[in-house]
Amino acid sequence: MPRRVVITGAGALSPYGHGVAPLLAGLGANRSAVSHRPELGTIPGLRCQVAARVPAVDLAVIPRKARRYMSAMSGFATLAAEEAIQRAGLTPEQCQDGQTGVCIGSTTGSTLECEDFFRDYLVNPDISRLKSTHFFKIMNHSCAANVALALGTRGHQMAPSAACATGTVAIGLGYEAIANGHQLRMLCGGADEYHPLTSAVFDVMNAASVAYNDRPTCTPRPFDRQRDGVVCGEGAGILLLEDLDEARRRGAPILGEILAYATNTDPGSIANPDALITRDCMARALRQANLAPDQIDLVNAHATGTREGDIAEGQAIGMVFGNRVPVQSLKGHLGHTMAACGPLELIGVLHMIQHNCLFPTLNLDDPDPDCGALNLVRETCQAQLDCVLKTSFALGGVNTAVVVRRLSE
Amino acid sequence: MTDEQVIDLVNRTLAEEFELNLADLTPEAHLITDLGLDSLDFVDMVVVLQNAFHVSLREEPSIQQIRTVGEIHQLVIAKKRELDAQS
Repeated sequence: MPRRVVITGAGALSPYGHGVAPLLAGLGANRSAVSHRPELGTIPGLRCQVAARVPAVDLAVIPRKARRYMSAMSGFATLAAEEAIQRAGLTPEQCQDGQTGVCIGSTTGSTLECEDFFRDYLVNPDISRLKSTHFFKIMNHSCAANVALALGTRGHQMAPSAACATGTVAIGLGYEAIANGHQLRMLCGGADEYHPLTSAVFDVMNAASVAYNDRPTCTPRPFDRQRDGVVCGEGAGILLLEDLDEARRRGAPILGEILAYATNTDPGSIANPDALITRDCMARALRQANLAPDQIDLVNAHATGTREGDIAEGQAIGMVFGNRVPVQSLKGHLGHTMAACGPLELIGVLHMIQHNCLFPTLNLDDPDPDCGALNLVRETCQAQLDCVLKTSFALGGVNTAVVVRRLSE
Repeated sequence: MTDEQVIDLVNRTLAEEFELNLADLTPEAHLITDLGLDSLDFVDMVVVLQNAFHVSLREEPSIQQIRTVGEIHQLVIAKKRELDAQS
């Protein structure tokens, strides 16, 4: 019998700032975290000049010996992980018993650190100037390793990399580790640091927002007719997942229960999602959760504001849920925080469940009928929320869906 | 470069790299027990000193035996003099 898994802590480093509180305040105020970035205008060929950057954060609060292996993304992840365990009522020492693992990914290792190395190396290929700590910032599991070392955890260490679905895949793997009885607690999530190359990846595919450089808060525009692409961002979102019995034993705050995690692959295209396969992923999550579509109270969509992606997702949602279930995306608020987007948005979902309130999709002024006849949330409203299905998708054909609900007996 | 200038630059380089107080960088200060450095820090100490003084320290036989700030001062002073003599 699988173990039941609950979420008992959350930590955030988002474009709204350091902490869950500013994240929820920004979402609650329907304030855009996107800004114009004039420095992007100096890069030939890069048309997108908007991004959702994390405000200045003092990573020096992390002790030097832990920080020396960290690029910004690992620093973000460490601060968010510390907040998650603190909010869960734990100390780092209580997470050092071998029963707490870490599953945190990023889309890549640190691009900034790679750039620094090659800027020097390509001019003068001599490694005698290379510090011993440099590689630890570039390796693909840098965030997971750095969080584990900073907190002293001794359990699992996993670092999935699945582009924009990374954070949700991490939550899924952590959920499975606890459900299967391998760990009692898992710190799960994703982190990324902004680099112009991230925007460039989408810009060259004509999937980045380029028409709102003079109106940055008006983009991205999930499900809107005038949407024109992704706005890249950065941050870290970390959730502490815990075995339900263990959480109850220690009287932990329980933010919600994870009922299901489903994932599948769309082999047809590395970049363009297929609505039918996306539909299958959501349906699989419902089967796993043993729920009918009409038992879902909200779909928190991945919906990044691209032309093709929003259509495929909207059609898939329509096929599974019809037009009854409210649907919204938080990308209009947060931009696309890459590996962090799944967990950051899930923190927003848990808040909505707790308060029975729905955040709208920011910048959704004119719903695009090509996305299907959906019940799109367009203004903040109250509604009974118990079960939510949350999706994340990624380049490479990665589809994921998580079902969370208010804890019931 | 005078010996005093070498010592000053060594101290400022180590203080910046390892976030140390300059006042703690006394000649008798032990790198491990007093300043808290470890093996990875030793590697990076050599890198930052090489970059600061444009000398090669990595292959110096005595580098493995160094334990105090004063021993670093003496090694770098010796390397600078050697370099100056060659030029």
